[in-house]
Amino acid sequence: MMTADPARGFSLWPESASTGAPDIDRVYIALLGLTLFFALLIGALALGFGVKYRAGAQVIRDRIIHKTPLLEITWILGPFLIALAIFVWGAVVYMDATEPPAEARAIYVVGQQWMWKVQHPGGRREINELHVPSGEPIKLVMTSQDVIHSFFVPAFRNKRDVLPGQYTYLWFEATRPGTYHLFCAEYCGADHARMRGRVVVMTPADFQRWLAADPSAATSGESESASGEAMPPTIDSPAFVRFGCDDCHQASPTPAGPALHGLFGQRLPDPSHGSATVDESYLRQSILEPNAVIAAGYAAPSTMPSYANQIDEYQMIELIEFIKSLRDAPMREALP
Amino acid sequence: MTTAGTLALPKPSYLAAGWSLRSWFLTLDHKRIAILYLASITAFFFVGGAAAVLMRLELATPESDLVTSGVYNRLFTIHGTIMVWFFLIPSIPAVLGNFLVPLMIGARDLAFPRLNLLSWYLFMLGGLLAVGAIIAGGVDTGWTFYTPYSTTYANSAVIPMAAGIFISGFSSILTGMNFIVTVHTMRAPGMTWFRLPLFIWSTYATSLIFVLATPVLAITLVLIGVERVWGVGIFDPSLGGDPVLFQHLFWFYSHPAVYIMVLPAMGVVSEIVPCFASNRIFGYRFIAFSSVAIAVLGFLVWGHHMFVAGLSLHASLVFALLSFLVAIPSAVKVFNWMVTLRNGTIRYRTPMLYALGFIGLFTIGGLTGLYLASLAVDLHVHDTYFVIAHFHYIMVGGAVMAYLGGIHFWWPKVTGRTYSEPWGIFSAILLFFGFNLTFFPQFVLGYLGMVRRVAEYPPEFQVLNVLSSAGASILGLAYLVPLVYLTRSLIRPPSVGSNPWNATGLEWGTPSPPTAHNFDEPPVVTGPPYEYENPQAVASQEAQNG
Repeated sequence: MMTADPARGFSLWPESASTGAPDIDRVYIALLGLTLFFALLIGALALGFGVKYRAGAQVIRDRIIHKTPLLEITWILGPFLIALAIFVWGAVVYMDATEPPAEARAIYVVGQQWMWKVQHPGGRREINELHVPSGEPIKLVMTSQDVIHSFFVPAFRNKRDVLPGQYTYLWFEATRPGTYHLFCAEYCGADHARMRGRVVVMTPADFQRWLAADPSAATSGESESASGEAMPPTIDSPAFVRFGCDDCHQASPTPAGPALHGLFGQRLPDPSHGSATVDESYLRQSILEPNAVIAAGYAAPSTMPSYANQIDEYQMIELIEFIKSLRDAPMREALP
Repeated sequence: MTTAGTLALPKPSYLAAGWSLRSWFLTLDHKRIAILYLASITAFFFVGGAAAVLMRLELATPESDLVTSGVYNRLFTIHGTIMVWFFLIPSIPAVLGNFLVPLMIGARDLAFPRLNLLSWYLFMLGGLLAVGAIIAGGVDTGWTFYTPYSTTYANSAVIPMAAGIFISGFSSILTGMNFIVTVHTMRAPGMTWFRLPLFIWSTYATSLIFVLATPVLAITLVLIGVERVWGVGIFDPSLGGDPVLFQHLFWFYSHPAVYIMVLPAMGVVSEIVPCFASNRIFGYRFIAFSSVAIAVLGFLVWGHHMFVAGLSLHASLVFALLSFLVAIPSAVKVFNWMVTLRNGTIRYRTPMLYALGFIGLFTIGGLTGLYLASLAVDLHVHDTYFVIAHFHYIMVGGAVMAYLGGIHFWWPKVTGRTYSEPWGIFSAILLFFGFNLTFFPQFVLGYLGMVRRVAEYPPEFQVLNVLSSAGASILGLAYLVPLVYLTRSLIRPPSVGSNPWNATGLEWGTPSPPTAHNFDEPPVVTGPPYEYENPQAVASQEAQNG
C-alpha cells in the first residue's frame, strides 16, 4: 500500500497549521538562542585560552589561583535559573497543548498495524486520512487494536502515543485549510514506515458538506449539538440494546444502574480519587471494569458484568457516542 | 603525586609475561583482561557500525530500495543493541577502567581478579548469544523492546537477544562491584579520596549505576520472556497487562545507562585536559561531586522518555524539572575544563584534540537534551530524528570521542608503543568533521518531523538525509584510520619511556608497558593529583583551591 503523502518541497522549517504550533516554536527558538549562546561562550573560551596559552606562546602565565568559589557559584546558579525559567515556560505551554477544551469536537482514532482508522461521531469512517474543520478545537480519542502507535502531525507540533486497552487524547485547533503529514511516531513493526497518512483541514462549511456527503453517515446530532443548536439526541445505538445496557440503565422506574442522561461531562464523587470527570476514558473503563469506580449510592461490588473481550473498539465508540448524545437531557436523580 | 618503587631490574612486562593462549584466556591480570575486552568490543563496534553503514545507505533515497523494511528494522535493532550493550557500556569502564583503576590507585590488581575474568566470559557469552540471534534471523523490536510488540507481536529472535543482554548484564554488575570494592579497600598509602584521579571518581559513580540499575534491566528482560513464552499477562493489555509499565522498568535502567556511557568519558577528559594544558585541574572537588550528582540524579529522570506515552501531568512536571537539573553538574564540568586551560601551556596532541572535540560535541548534546526535557518541545520532537541526533552527540560525539582520546592517551602505557602523530591528528579532525556532517542535519530533520526507525520517508527530507549519509561515510573512514595505524604501531618493539606525556598519576610511574604486578612495592602518595609543573609559569605560587 503506498501512502498518500502531501507533496512538499525542500525546507528547513516545518509548516505551521495549528493554534498551538507558534507557542511550541517560540520555546524552541528560545532554546536555539540558548544553545547558540552557550556554544559560542564555550567556543570563545576554548579558542581564546587555546590560542593565548598554546605551548610556545610568550605570555604571562599567572599561577595564582583565587580561592573564592565565586566562579563555581556563578556557573551553578546561572544555568540553574535559566533551566528553571525554561522549565516553567515549557510546562505552561505543555499544559495548554495537552488539556483539551471542554467544547472540543471528539473524533475517534483506532490504530492498528499498519493503518489509522478514523471514526467520526456521525458515522463517517476514513482510513489513513483525517478530515477536520479549521477554527474549531478537535479532540482525538485514540486507542490501538494491537501494539503502541503514536499519532503525530508535525504541522500541529503535537503527538500522542496510541495505546492498546485505553484511550489517550490529542487535541488541536487547525488554523488553515490544507493537507498535512500524518506519521506514526512509535515503532510498531514491519511496515511502521508506511503507517503514514494525511490530515485534511477544510473550512467549516466544506467540512459539513464532506461529513454529510457520506452515504453511511447518520444524522449528525452530535456535531449540531456541539455547534450550539440544541437538538434532541437522535443517535440510535443497536449495541446499547444488543448488550442489554437498556435493561438496567434506562426505562425502568427503579433502575438497577445509574441513569445515563446528562452523565457525560459531570464530575462525580469517586471514593478512590476524590472525584472523576465522566469522559470517554471513564465510560470505557466503566464498561470494561464496572467495579473500577462505583457511582455514589450504589453498592460495591457492582452487579454489572464486565464487557471486556465481548465488545470491539467500534461498538465501544458507538456506546460512548450514544451516552454522550444523552448529555443534554437532564440528569435524573437515580438513587435507589 | 609521587611514586616510590621505580624499577631497578628490568622485569618482563605484563605483555611479555606469557605467550600461550592459556596465558591470555585464563589470565587474572586486570591489564590482560582489559586487552581481551579491547579486542572483543572493537569487533562488536564494527558489527554495529556495519549495520549503521547499511542504514545510512538505505536512507540516501526516500524509498526502501536497498533493503526491505523488515531488513531495515533488523539493522537498526542490531545497531542499537550491539552499540549500547556490547560496545558503549563496556567501552571505557571495561577496557580503560580495568586497565587503569588498579594502576591509578596504586594497587596490584582489582579486588576480585577471578570475578573480573568471569565478567569477561559472561560478556562474551552474552555477546555470542546476541550475534547468534542476529544470525538466526535477527530481531526487529529496536533496542528498546517496547511491549506489547516485543512480547506478543514480533516474529523474530527476541528471546536469544534478550538472553544475551541479560547475561552480559551480570558482567556489568560484577565489574561495577569489583571497582567499588577495589576503590574502597585497595588504595595505596596516602591515596585519600580527594587525591584520587577524577577518572576514578567517575568510574566509581559509574559502578554505582552498574550495580543498582542493571538488576532492573535483568528483571525486565525476564518479564518479557515470561510473557512471550508462557503468555503470562504483564505488559500486554489483551492479557491483562500494562504496556507502559514496561517503559517505566526499561527506562529506569536505560536512562542511567546513558550516564554509564558518558560519566567515564568525562573521567577520561578530566585526565587529558590538565595533562595537555600542563596545568592543575580547576575545581577538582566540583568535578568529583558533579559525577556523583549526575549518577544520583540520573536515577530520577527516566520519565522524560514517556512524556507522550500517557504519563500523568504531575509526573511529567516532576520528571521534566529533574531532567533540567541534570544539566547543571554537566555544565559545571565543562566550565571547569575550560578554566583549566587558562594559564596553561597547551600542547595540541591527538588525545587533546579528542578531548576538546568531546567538550564541544558534549556541550551540543547536553544543550539539546534541554529541548527534550522541556515538555512543550518534546511533544513535537519526541521519537523524531531530533532525538537520534541528540543522543548521538552524547554517545558518539561524547562517549566514543573520549574513548578514542583515552585509547590514544594511554596507548603508550598499554602497549609501550607510539603511533603516528600526524595520522592521529588527521583522524581526530576527520572524525569531528564527519560526525557533525552526519548528525547535525538530523536535528533539522527531526524538527521538520521525520520520525525514527523508518526505511522510507517523504521525498522533501532527502537532501538532509543525503548530507547525513555523506557524513557517515567520512565518519566510517575516520574510525578505520586509527584501527590501521594503532595496529601497525604494534609491529615494532616497545620503545616508550614510562611517562611520554609528562603526566602525573601513579600509572605513569610504572614502566610502559607495566609489569605483571604493576608496582614492586606499594607507592606512597604524598600530595594532591594533577600537580603539573607548568614549564612556562611565572614563579609566584599559591596553594590550590581544593
